[in-house]
Amino acid sequence: MKGRRVLGYVGFVLFLVTVWWSTTGLDINWERVMTGLPGAAAIVNLMFPPNWGYAGDVGGRLIETIHIAIVGTSIGAILAIPFGFLAAINVSRSRLMVGFGKSLLNAIRTFPELLLAIVIMRGVGPGAFAGVLAMGVHSIGMLGKLYAEVVEGIDPGPVEALQSTGANRIQTIWYGIIPQVLPDFASYALYRLEINIRAASVLGLVGAGGIGIPLLFNLRARIWDKVGMILLGIIVVVTIVDYGSAYLRKRIV
Amino acid sequence: MEAGEKDGVLLSAFLSGQVYSPLIEFKNVTKEFPGGVQALKGVSLTIKDGEFVVIVGLSGAGKSTLLRCLNRLVEPTSGQIIIDGVDVTAAKAAELRKVRTQIGMIFQSFNLVKRSSALRNVLSGRLGSMSTLDSLLGNFSKEDIAVALEALARVEIEDKANFRADQLSGGQQQRVSIARALAQQPKIILADEPVASLDPPTSHVVMGDLKRINRELGITTIVNLHFIDLAQQYAERIIGLRGGQLVYDGPAADVDEKTFEMIYGRSIRKEDLRGGDDE
Amino acid sequence: MSGGLHNMDRLREERRSWFYFAIGIAIYGWSIYGVGFDPIDLVRGLPAMGNLFARMWPPDLAYVPTILPAFLETIKIALLSTVVGGLLAIPIILLAARNINRTIWLVYTVKAFLNLVRTLPDMLLAAIFVAALGVGALPGVMALAIFSFGIIAKLTSESTEAIDPGPIEAMEAVGARKLQVIHFAVVPQILPQFVAYCLYVFEINIRVAAVLGLVGAGGIGRLLLRDMNLLRYPQALTIIIATFVLVAGLDFFSTKLRERLI
Repeated sequence: MKGRRVLGYVGFVLFLVTVWWSTTGLDINWERVMTGLPGAAAIVNLMFPPNWGYAGDVGGRLIETIHIAIVGTSIGAILAIPFGFLAAINVSRSRLMVGFGKSLLNAIRTFPELLLAIVIMRGVGPGAFAGVLAMGVHSIGMLGKLYAEVVEGIDPGPVEALQSTGANRIQTIWYGIIPQVLPDFASYALYRLEINIRAASVLGLVGAGGIGIPLLFNLRARIWDKVGMILLGIIVVVTIVDYGSAYLRKRIV
Repeated sequence: MEAGEKDGVLLSAFLSGQVYSPLIEFKNVTKEFPGGVQALKGVSLTIKDGEFVVIVGLSGAGKSTLLRCLNRLVEPTSGQIIIDGVDVTAAKAAELRKVRTQIGMIFQSFNLVKRSSALRNVLSGRLGSMSTLDSLLGNFSKEDIAVALEALARVEIEDKANFRADQLSGGQQQRVSIARALAQQPKIILADEPVASLDPPTSHVVMGDLKRINRELGITTIVNLHFIDLAQQYAERIIGLRGGQLVYDGPAADVDEKTFEMIYGRSIRKEDLRGGDDE
Repeated sequence: MSGGLHNMDRLREERRSWFYFAIGIAIYGWSIYGVGFDPIDLVRGLPAMGNLFARMWPPDLAYVPTILPAFLETIKIALLSTVVGGLLAIPIILLAARNINRTIWLVYTVKAFLNLVRTLPDMLLAAIFVAALGVGALPGVMALAIFSFGIIAKLTSESTEAIDPGPIEAMEAVGARKLQVIHFAVVPQILPQFVAYCLYVFEINIRVAAVLGLVGAGGIGRLLLRDMNLLRYPQALTIIIATFVLVAGLDFFSTKLRERLI
């Protein structure tokens, strides 16, 4: 018991040291922070009132952002399904497949989405399509892992019952497993939509479509009231998607 | 039996419309699980068409394993099981599925798909006789639906057909489960501790249903029970297992408390009785 | 049978379901058109992407020492912003938990504020701070700190609302002051969850910190962008692989820590 406490204290001290080390070597010192914060506050001030006349352009780009999120998430949600079964110990045919599946999904998940977008843009050019593809692939990784956990957690009872009636493998999966996992799949996909709507607004910062493109432009040009309008639009859209997703997820259970 | 004799019996059985009797034969069936546990040790028995058999024994005596060997949900380690003339132990995948469509099974935990309706659960009993494509499309024929509704009516639960399974009580779920087995139009019904999760009055309803179905439809029924009072009340024939071995096989009328003590290997306790008989 | 009445309801429900389904398909079709989804483009673009990979391989391993400082900077940004965000979150957590802050209007105001903060994507905040403060690690840390603060505060306050009210009631009954109640009844229950959430946010921040440089907010991303633009592809691949290893490694470490907390 005492050994654990000592370990706890040592760990905590190490942690403090690491945090202190983090503040070194960065170009951060109190001077910069002190001048920086008021500077940031001043700019936030300049963002209000937002440029209402700009709302039309913002609206168009926001719709494109929503499009990206919808298509990207659905690609991920659907294509992740086979991965979910492949990487599940209780359904997959061999342990090798499970290991391979899980490793592949981890690899996809660890690769930053923006990086993926940059690489894909070399192939299909800048714009929303590249963003959709990057988001789709990334979502396969994120959802595939969650789906596999759902599949691994199913009740094996109905599956055994269906086998006992003489149903074949496909029939057993369709009638015994799918009804159990589909609501949870949908729930995770909707939650992913909430995250992806935010990611979609960021894709434009590297040129992959959506509201990020005019945002980058106006940031560089320091047109703060337009930036404010864009921010307002993003907040509205994200909030709507958040509420819609939460509402639908409640209905599913 | 020699080849010639066998053909003769089969021919006369066919001509008279009777099924080859006995319906089920266990020949020296052994099951050893990985780790060395011997769940069944050389069990041999026969069951005739239309019988109502109850298997009793302590938990771990091998009742569940015996039942599951019949439809090969569990693979016997050695021995043969013959159902209606077909060697089940040697059957390949497609033939095994055909045999399984003739065997309905009821489980202690009902094993219904909770989010699906009662009707859909019962219809899934028809899957074994449908093509895969039709199954994926949910293309149940009018006959299928009629059979399913009739099965629900037989257990007096037709009015709950469109209810989600998890909206039903335990007793109702078990009856849906029985309906699912009936929808297969099986020759045999296996029931693995069908009333262990139900309260006493409901247990009697379910056992009564099984008995009635056996009488009205002539379906061979094998039930695992660990409640000896239920066994005595509903069984025609009682089979006792102890430690994976067959230790008793005889008419229910001949069984008394001493027989059960012999089967259990200890004196009878309160938890071995269900109680709560209606009326 | 009561089938007649049931059938009418079911028919209406089914028709409504089909209606929603049709709307869903319509929106979906519009979206696909709106993003310029063109499988032909994708197929045509694959050789170009393949070409890119060909020019990237093999990675320039001698490049590793050069990028090490930038790497460490990425870790520092992630760590610092998580810590700052977590510290800033502590008072807000107490204000946003209904069982601690009894002033209802204040609780809901704080919750609304947190929801507002959480709508802003991390990279967005970073881009804005860069535009405001100039290029470097500082805007990155500030942006991620705010982002971390939002998530940690929301998750922890929700967990706080779900703790066992028994100890709180007991302490209030003996007349303890608010701070004492918090110290003795709340903190012990919520501390493991709080640290777990911080680790969860750290995992997110590590990924974000790796690409912050793409908008100029410090870390390894800056070097990656520069190398890609200069067509130094083997070097870029080195950075990508190293980023991968870094994220995977820290993820593993963080997951192990979280397991020990539960």
